[in-house]
Amino acid sequence: MIDFLNAHAELLINLVKTALLLFIVLTVNAYLTWFERKVVAHMQSRWGPHRVGPHGLLQPLADGVKFLFKEDPTPAGVDKFVYYMAPLLALALALTSIAVIPFGPDPIRVFGRDIYLGITDLNIGILALFAITALGVYGVALAGWSSNSKYPLLGGLRSSAQMISYELALTMSVVGVLLMAGSFSLRDIIANQQNTPGLFGWHGIFSWNIFAGPFPQILGFLCFFVAAIAETNRVPFDLPEAESELVAGFHTEYASFKFAMFFIAEYTSMITVSALCSILFFGGWLSPFPAAWTFTHYLPSIILIPFGFWVIWDGIRYETVFGRIILPGIGTAMAAVGIALLLFPTVNEFIQAPFWLLSKILVFLFIYVWMRGTLPRLRYDQLMDFGWKLLLPVSLANVVITAGAILWWGKP
Amino acid sequence: MSVELIVFFALAALAVGGALSLIFQRHPIHSALSLIVVMIALAGLYLLMGAEFVAAVQIIVYGGAIMVLFVFVIMLLNAGVEERTNMSKLAGYAGIPLALALTSFLAAALTRSSDAVQASAATGTAAPTKALAMLLFQDFVYPFELTSFLILVAILGAIVLAQRETSR
Repeated sequence: MIDFLNAHAELLINLVKTALLLFIVLTVNAYLTWFERKVVAHMQSRWGPHRVGPHGLLQPLADGVKFLFKEDPTPAGVDKFVYYMAPLLALALALTSIAVIPFGPDPIRVFGRDIYLGITDLNIGILALFAITALGVYGVALAGWSSNSKYPLLGGLRSSAQMISYELALTMSVVGVLLMAGSFSLRDIIANQQNTPGLFGWHGIFSWNIFAGPFPQILGFLCFFVAAIAETNRVPFDLPEAESELVAGFHTEYASFKFAMFFIAEYTSMITVSALCSILFFGGWLSPFPAAWTFTHYLPSIILIPFGFWVIWDGIRYETVFGRIILPGIGTAMAAVGIALLLFPTVNEFIQAPFWLLSKILVFLFIYVWMRGTLPRLRYDQLMDFGWKLLLPVSLANVVITAGAILWWGKP
Repeated sequence: MSVELIVFFALAALAVGGALSLIFQRHPIHSALSLIVVMIALAGLYLLMGAEFVAAVQIIVYGGAIMVLFVFVIMLLNAGVEERTNMSKLAGYAGIPLALALTSFLAAALTRSSDAVQASAATGTAAPTKALAMLLFQDFVYPFELTSFLILVAILGAIVLAQRETSR
């Protein structure tokens, strides 16, 4: 038994890591829908999900059950093979792309083996990601085509045209970062942002690619983020599923869990894009404060403990009995984690990197939702003009200027 | 049999199967999907040889951009199932012998030069992407730039041809 475990340790570790990451990503996905509905609702002076569980916290569970048990009709005249393959393809590719993302620099030692956070570290990491997202469009385009219905077909057409237009800008906007790091590996890109003296020679936030010299990648970031939103089919670039024009766009003819697969794929891509933005331009797991400010390491506790107590205080006054039990429980758990971090400094040190990366991912997810709550959809010709006439030239100019700056002043 | 060899044969079978399916499928979209399978299998073969950059670019450019364009055009034209006519006599009498001849010539050439191929693959493993960049932008910079110029001319030609006739 022990021999078998030793012989196949790498494989087993990877399997366990994959299962764990899959579980975490799917749970986060579910609660991302809750987060989005809540935030958008409050932006529009509504309450959002409120009935299922305290503060609607069990709404994702109810939605999941509904997706599983709804009737799953297959429309007449669909291309069966492609119709069933499209949602699978979309979901599989979206979930695969997360495997490349590293979540922390230091390994955990378990039974004498180093286990790194993140499933794999490819030395072509960012290219592999682009390769996976490049294939992701087939899920949407083929779903639209195979449904044998006119609105999905229009949605699929729009999506493939949009992908072709924005993928160029997406790829070109990253070249500046790659030039500064000299590597395709996401770990190397973060490591490169650690010690470069940035603006005014300060460390911390000013060493990140978005601020660091020789040429700050602000233009690159803006192009990347806009193109990435277009690639994930989110507002204001959600023309493939524009509900006011195309019913529901490419997934009109999908019901039940096949629809849920598209949904999960979209939210997973949002997480990947947020993680990529943080890693490429905002220092990944690096803290925004200078390394000398060790007191900032207590920040996770400083956030968790008061928030936990606030949840307890809010929970004991909640109108339902269930809420009065569950909310103080959650609050106690949060406060307990915060206090535990204070008591175990080694754990606290280890958690710093993932804490910062996850915080940055959360900020970008909030921006995604914020944009959905505020921006109107682009018209189709505006979308094309914006992609080809503004985004692409700006990202090309960014490449040229960055390359020139590195040639002139040398690497940071 | 080593793991590499098993993976190689699996990918090779996938590529050949995809290519055959590309020809025998009746519907243009199914043919295009088969071609995507071929592209991805080829990328897997490149990966097996340690050419990670080429593999990624193969998927991004061929699997992604070009094939999306193919699928887009097929969807836009709403092309239906193709009609099968009787096989042309020329294809039967000239095509099959020519295909066989091409395969045997290629096989002969490849078996002769297999030592050279292995030698070049062994040297380029240290930093494949950097080595590739050095080759493209230093040793072969003029052919490379000339090729891109040629592509630019082709793009301009396509735009001129596709442009609507403007009333003078």
